[in-house]
Amino acid sequence: MAEFIYPKLIGAKLRSQLAYRTSFAVDFVSQVLAQCYELIVILVLFSQINALGGFTRDEVLLMYAFAGAAFGVADLFAGQLDNLPTYIRTGSFDVLLMRPLGTLPQIMCSDIRLRRIGRITGAIAVMIYALTHVAIDWTPAKVVLTVLTPVAGAVIYSAVWVVACSICFWIVEGREFANAVTYGSNAFTSYPINVYSRPLRWAMAYVVPGAFVAYYPSLALLGKADPLGLPGWVGWTSPLVAALAATAAGLVWRFAVRHYRGTGS
Amino acid sequence: MLAGMTTNVVFGLLRLAILSAALTAANGEIADYDIAATNTYVWIGQGLLGFVLLWGNNELAERVRSGDVVVDLYRPWHLQGALLAQDIGRGGYAFLTRLAPPAVFGMLLFPFQFPENPVRWPLFLLSATIALVISFGVRFLVEISAFWLLDNRGLYGFWNVSSGLLCGLTVPISFFPEWARDALWMSPFPALLQAPIDVFLGHGNVGKLLLYQVFWAAVILAIGHFALQRAVRKVVVQGG
Repeated sequence: MAEFIYPKLIGAKLRSQLAYRTSFAVDFVSQVLAQCYELIVILVLFSQINALGGFTRDEVLLMYAFAGAAFGVADLFAGQLDNLPTYIRTGSFDVLLMRPLGTLPQIMCSDIRLRRIGRITGAIAVMIYALTHVAIDWTPAKVVLTVLTPVAGAVIYSAVWVVACSICFWIVEGREFANAVTYGSNAFTSYPINVYSRPLRWAMAYVVPGAFVAYYPSLALLGKADPLGLPGWVGWTSPLVAALAATAAGLVWRFAVRHYRGTGS
Repeated sequence: MLAGMTTNVVFGLLRLAILSAALTAANGEIADYDIAATNTYVWIGQGLLGFVLLWGNNELAERVRSGDVVVDLYRPWHLQGALLAQDIGRGGYAFLTRLAPPAVFGMLLFPFQFPENPVRWPLFLLSATIALVISFGVRFLVEISAFWLLDNRGLYGFWNVSSGLLCGLTVPISFFPEWARDALWMSPFPALLQAPIDVFLGHGNVGKLLLYQVFWAAVILAIGHFALQRAVRKVVVQGG
């Protein structure tokens, strides 16, 4: 039975959003704009300089596009976790626990906001532009990598989201902490990671595996050596990192849910 | 509050890293910004963000939608004035909790460009306060749009995603190509963040910047006042 419930839930949510067409259209456009503004920032910077951290404008745009598409997809499914503090504070998390379904998928399906597709659309447009303007030695393997990268990135971001939001089980109003990691890593991964200071890089590129969302796969595609010295095959490991991150996130979530205490009344 | 501060500092560090890398690529200076000025720009900007409250909470719009706004309207006060007074009070608190921490963080940990002339400090405070008034004015307009739109979340979201770039939070306005720079300075947006930062850094003419801010504060508050007057005529109180 359970496998039929989720499509039905999601379908209902999607239909309810499309019911308010004007509101949806405006929301959609502001998501596309949000993505465009980040693009403008990159373009403005490159109106003053020729290379950032040794990367040209179109190379940075490729990283930005990978990061944007991956974040958009993750936001679609995991963004709902931002509401976790409300579930915990009001005690409605109890309701999720009583249902014979996993708590995490229930929250993820609780509010799939279609307007976020606006973000993804914007990012894919830039990705197509960047892919056609940078020098890539295309091989079948690289085509697969190009397709897999946003998917792996989305899984990594979602895992980050789950882990970061799990903090809310201990600190109920911990959402802003979580945002530093979730939205922060989107801002972080849109640029080549060698521009960041060492502590920031360690925290956001390796502890939070942000470097595997866009930076290393882009290096592999471009056939460029890593200025930070990691070998070239690292760029191909993003799906593996994604799998590890997802496993870790699942374990953290289970551990966190065990520490959940209802509000009492 | 601690959580908010952490997020604020993380984003400050990220913005600083990108801008510093750009400076390095441009041999240390872009449009009046060297590394010290950039640090100052980033940390003052991160502080002002919470002080002027660039992104509000859309509370008034929710009250319009739910009808609770009727209670606000029949009180013997000028609604806009009362909310402005509230917001200035909030600013006093936010000065200590939002503006000071990132600014001090930046001063202690990074090369910082302090104003050469001590008179710039009070002028900066004045400029930041006018920025707060303009920010209030813009948020008020976005919120009372709910009288016409009922659901103003689209417009609210629009402002939230646009304001960072238009006000000069993400990239200094002077980095933009000339036509964009001129266009932005014709609009009220740089008055919310870039103007007080410029006063602090000593970029541009202080007198001109303050006049520009006062002009837009007056215009935006006036538009808000008249818009509210018109909006009130539309309000229908059902039952009671």
